[in-house]
Amino acid sequence: MSDYWWLIVAMTALTFLPRYIPLALAGKIHIPPLLVQALEFVPIAVLTAIIVQVSLVREGEVMLSTENHYLITSVLAFVTALVSRHLMLTIVVGLVVFSVCRLQLV
Amino acid sequence: MSDNRFDRPLFWQGARDILPLILAAIPFGIVYGAMAQSAGLTQWQAMGMSLFVFAGSSQFIAVTLLASAAAFPVIAMTVFVVNLRHMLYAASLMSTANKLPALLRVPMAFWLTDESYAVAANRLRGKFDDGRGFYAYYMGAAIVMYLNWQLCTWIGITVGEKVPDMTNWGLDVAMVVAFIGIVVPALQHFAHWACAATSAVCILLTYDWPHQTGLLFSSVMAILVGITVLKQQQKMATARAAHE
Repeated sequence: MSDYWWLIVAMTALTFLPRYIPLALAGKIHIPPLLVQALEFVPIAVLTAIIVQVSLVREGEVMLSTENHYLITSVLAFVTALVSRHLMLTIVVGLVVFSVCRLQLV
Repeated sequence: MSDNRFDRPLFWQGARDILPLILAAIPFGIVYGAMAQSAGLTQWQAMGMSLFVFAGSSQFIAVTLLASAAAFPVIAMTVFVVNLRHMLYAASLMSTANKLPALLRVPMAFWLTDESYAVAANRLRGKFDDGRGFYAYYMGAAIVMYLNWQLCTWIGITVGEKVPDMTNWGLDVAMVVAFIGIVVPALQHFAHWACAATSAVCILLTYDWPHQTGLLFSSVMAILVGITVLKQQQKMATARAAHE
């Protein structure tokens, strides 16, 4: 077996274990209520960081300008989501805004 | 209806709900397939990584580091650190996994990605499926995600060098707006807003940390701030109630 296959085996283990260990332990260990409450913040915490990073950091630098189409799209999608609380509408508005920006229609 | 029946409508619902996020994953899968070959992996190794590892960011990091001739232990450690956010995802799914047999948790873990988690977390917040129902929904989303990733990898390998760099086409915007559509309705209390604001500020301060450690740091800080604010508010509410 070539070296690269060993790397793939190692990566498989190192990717699977962090995903699996908490699920395997569910029900077997007692989780303090405080930790359960804290974990409810996970989607907001992680997804917000990803959103802000992709929207604002372009080519390794923070790009706070109207030239940044990702930023314009995210701001308008944010407003849409805030008003409508509707996932599909937010996605549609976001994709339309981004296409308009890219094609320089305005 | 027996307990073991697989809920097909929920399976297809999950498959439908992840579609916008899949659109965003397409260019990454294709570019990965093309990059893997130029980094020195054979076609089967490139495909094998998608089949067995199945983690977009890890795979990208691995082939990028391979191309720069990094040592295997360095690559393995980097992959591990980048995957630690999945541990947070899995931990937050513990109270649901609790209701499922141990064997079903294996595919659940294997197919846990940013996309499948985002869709699952959204479902958990809105609807109250039983353990089996949630499992069917999650599997629908996860399996479509997996098959799409394999197909895109294969396309990338096949067309190889002819692939233009589609990461600049802006398809990842679909992922971002979908995440916005999921996070914003979840911001229901002041503690949630405090958590999101902390996450946003921290990532802007730490985005240049190596190997996405800034992402992990920002997430942990945001969770800590969120829970602290929540506890503080509960304490104040209790004090007010006692006063009245």
